[in-house]
Amino acid sequence: MEELKAFHGGRANLRLCFNSNQNEDSIFKALDQDLGKSPVESYRDEVGVLKKSVTYTLSCLEKWVAPKKAEVPLLFFPAKAEVMPQPLGVVLIFSSWNFPFTLALDPLIGAISAGNTVLLKPSDLAPACMSFLVETIPKYLDNKAIKVVAGGADIGERLLQLKWDKIFFTGSPRVGRLVMAAAAKHLTPVTLELGGKCPAIVDTLSTTPSKAKVTAKRIVGGKWGPCNGQACIAIDYLLVEEKLASALIELLKKTIKRFYGENIKSLKSISRIVNEHQFQRLVNLLKDPNVADSIVYGGSVDEEKLVIEPTILLDPPLDSEIMSEEIFGPLLPIITLKNIEESINFINSKSNPLVIYAFTEDETFKKRILSETSSGTVTFNDSMVQFLCDSLPFGGVGQSGFGRYHGKYSFDTFSHEKSILHRGFYPEIEPRYPPWTDFKLLFIKLAYEFDYFGLILLLLGFKRS
Amino acid sequence: MLMENKAENKAVFDAESAKEVVKELRDSFVTGKTKSHRWRVTQLKAMLKMLDENEPQIVAALRDDLSKPEFESSLYEIQMLKNSCRLALKEMNHWMMPEKAKTSLTTFPSSAEIVSEPLGVVLVISAWNYPFLLSLDPVVGAISAGNAIVLKPSEMAPASSSLIAKLVADYLDSSCIKVVEGAVPETSALLEQKWDKILYTGNGRVARIVMAAAAKHLTPVVLELGGKSPVIVDSNINLKVATRRIIAGKWGCNNGQACISPDYIITTKDYATKLVDSFKCELERFYGKDPLESKDLSRIVNSNHFDRLSKLMDEEKVSSKIVHGGQRNEKNLQIAPTIFLDVPVNSLIMKEEIFGPLLPIITVDKVEQSFDLIHSSGGKPLAAYLFTNNKKLKRKFVETVSAGGLVVNDTAVHLAIHSLPFGGVGESGMGSYHGKFSFDAFSHKKAVLYRGFAGDAFLRYPPYTPGKLTLLQALLSGSIVGIIRALLGWFWA
Repeated sequence: MEELKAFHGGRANLRLCFNSNQNEDSIFKALDQDLGKSPVESYRDEVGVLKKSVTYTLSCLEKWVAPKKAEVPLLFFPAKAEVMPQPLGVVLIFSSWNFPFTLALDPLIGAISAGNTVLLKPSDLAPACMSFLVETIPKYLDNKAIKVVAGGADIGERLLQLKWDKIFFTGSPRVGRLVMAAAAKHLTPVTLELGGKCPAIVDTLSTTPSKAKVTAKRIVGGKWGPCNGQACIAIDYLLVEEKLASALIELLKKTIKRFYGENIKSLKSISRIVNEHQFQRLVNLLKDPNVADSIVYGGSVDEEKLVIEPTILLDPPLDSEIMSEEIFGPLLPIITLKNIEESINFINSKSNPLVIYAFTEDETFKKRILSETSSGTVTFNDSMVQFLCDSLPFGGVGQSGFGRYHGKYSFDTFSHEKSILHRGFYPEIEPRYPPWTDFKLLFIKLAYEFDYFGLILLLLGFKRS
Repeated sequence: MLMENKAENKAVFDAESAKEVVKELRDSFVTGKTKSHRWRVTQLKAMLKMLDENEPQIVAALRDDLSKPEFESSLYEIQMLKNSCRLALKEMNHWMMPEKAKTSLTTFPSSAEIVSEPLGVVLVISAWNYPFLLSLDPVVGAISAGNAIVLKPSEMAPASSSLIAKLVADYLDSSCIKVVEGAVPETSALLEQKWDKILYTGNGRVARIVMAAAAKHLTPVVLELGGKSPVIVDSNINLKVATRRIIAGKWGCNNGQACISPDYIITTKDYATKLVDSFKCELERFYGKDPLESKDLSRIVNSNHFDRLSKLMDEEKVSSKIVHGGQRNEKNLQIAPTIFLDVPVNSLIMKEEIFGPLLPIITVDKVEQSFDLIHSSGGKPLAAYLFTNNKKLKRKFVETVSAGGLVVNDTAVHLAIHSLPFGGVGESGMGSYHGKFSFDAFSHKKAVLYRGFAGDAFLRYPPYTPGKLTLLQALLSGSIVGIIRALLGWFWA
């Protein structure tokens, strides 16, 4: 109950934080500064998501905190069994730079709702957002229980040497390994939200033109919409049948121009690359002449403004870096196949992604994708929106991570589910106790098989041991 | 390949051999064999048959390894396993079904579900104290979830390990389920490989090694460890029943060598003498005047542990606190049920998990002080027990004591209740299993969202305008009133 009150206090405060227009403007400003995000994108992907999360959590919290009854076999009568969620204790949250508010505060909501004290370490690669969090959170939340620490990798390393009751990490698989290895020293459970190459299978171009258009919008929106491709759930590459590739490319070009502008000089409504290091990394992906040759749209870069325009590539070499590493940027390779069903084997040849997107209306194909591939999530006929579904667990599998959150899963991920069994002193089952005899053995065997009839027979002398 | 190794006097099972085993299992898994409902059912039925047809052999192996009484072997190793198989067979269809998930207005129109899929190739490392149960119960979970499995039983129970290897090879599908026997080198070779999940039962020291190895491959783990499970004994209870239940959970469970055995007792100074007398009475009733002669007590597993326990008993300021028992037979690796009264709180016996037939009783002035004692004792235990009729005390216990599982007015029995997750927290471990929790432990819960092409909210897309911002705010709130209002505003603007 104490926790509930504290939570309601904390929650309400987080809402206050967002409801104040002044704060909302500051958040938009920080996101623009760090990533060039427009207010609509910032609201859609950060502020709005968080407000929704807080509201949902507040409305469900009492239900989540309540112990859940568990069934007890008749044998144990009278007994009561239940599972009671408890906070894990002191938790550490590492967030990432691409969604500096969502990836910091959404886990924070979960940790608070479960009753923990929290240390949040935002990414220093989004410094304006990090500063905002460091300055603003103490004004609204209980700073004896919730702290934010600024700093870079060195601070992160030092934090990892301490003993936590849980670590929640969003970031790359490379750092995920380091986090888990450090956690192993203290047997700290971890949730790792990592990434991968999220493919989009495109099988709907030969349906109606309107569906094809919607497909193109959703692909473009799912690639360059979230932080210009710098998102763990952004579409990484496309898989499409050879014969439909050029139609797809045309549709995509039209949509890109409509959304973001005709060329790199008139680019709008799109984030920039976060920093020089990431910019160089992306530019290097295009350096391979075979890769550069496969560019069919875009390719221009502006180093001063850290801008790379939306770029489409057609069939770059499969062993190039752009096809083996997670892109995390505005480059979209399209891989063509003879038959769209080959996409399943193609996806399986790479490590498990966070999301598989499939644009198809073929129910058999959908079933095959579901049963023959493995990913954190599968989304049919859209991109990104699964993130908004509070009832769906959000997390990876294999190299894309383990553990999950969103909605009640956030509460669960920061809780320990404690089993509780209440028994009375009566009745007593004598055969539990030594010295053991054949009779007692048979009795207990029947009891454990819940063979109540057999037990009666035994007691009446009708069964022999 | 492994058979040849055995013939060559167990020639090295090294990293190469481990890699081959994993590759073979992965190839089997990729064919989809283990995913089929039929395969899972045949394997579980085969395991049931295996347990039915080999009960005497299993009991004999456990007697060899641990001098485990037939009663305990029958009940805790065989019967509980059979129950696990039966439950999985009965419920598996239900567990395998996708779970519908609610969708909100924000993503309308859409439908969502959560689909369980096997993780792939999993590693189960088991312990020596319940060699069959702790090996095969996780395997039941892994099979029911559709995985391929490597089981590494503990080398400290060699007869059981070798029987398990033989039975699994004879009864289960060895293209998908394998047993690798061995000790540290073999386990290390296995841990170097990439697994999709590792379930480890054992101690904290090795658990850290397992988790560190898993970290290299980002493999999720379940660690079933131990700790010092305290028992708080209040006054005004049915002392006889309480005592018997504590004895059953302590010495009746492999002679205290169990992760959920009561480790130590906390009671009031006033009640302690009564409690000790009750123990003496019931212990004699159960095990006779000379417990070393009783057939109903397991022995200590090996001389290492015997020496470890002897050290705990012989520590200065501890040995003088023995109020019952203390008899030992080093040759037979036997230690009698031994009770200590008020050993120093910083003695070894109060710092380490005892895992043996020694039971310290610590006294406090008021029973409520037990909670402070438990909190200050270090790591969170796997289990905690309370005997009381006091509702307030029960409530405080349940709300404030942090442990894997709690039982009021009994010990250990929560293991048999499959609707309760069995696992630790903090030092006692992470993750849980038993019943459906076993199925879940070895599954990936894949989120699936189905969308249609109708209802494409133009506000998602650029060009981004302030008007869109307002509408988006309404849409994300999921409130129909908000959305209508915003839309009206949009149209009137």
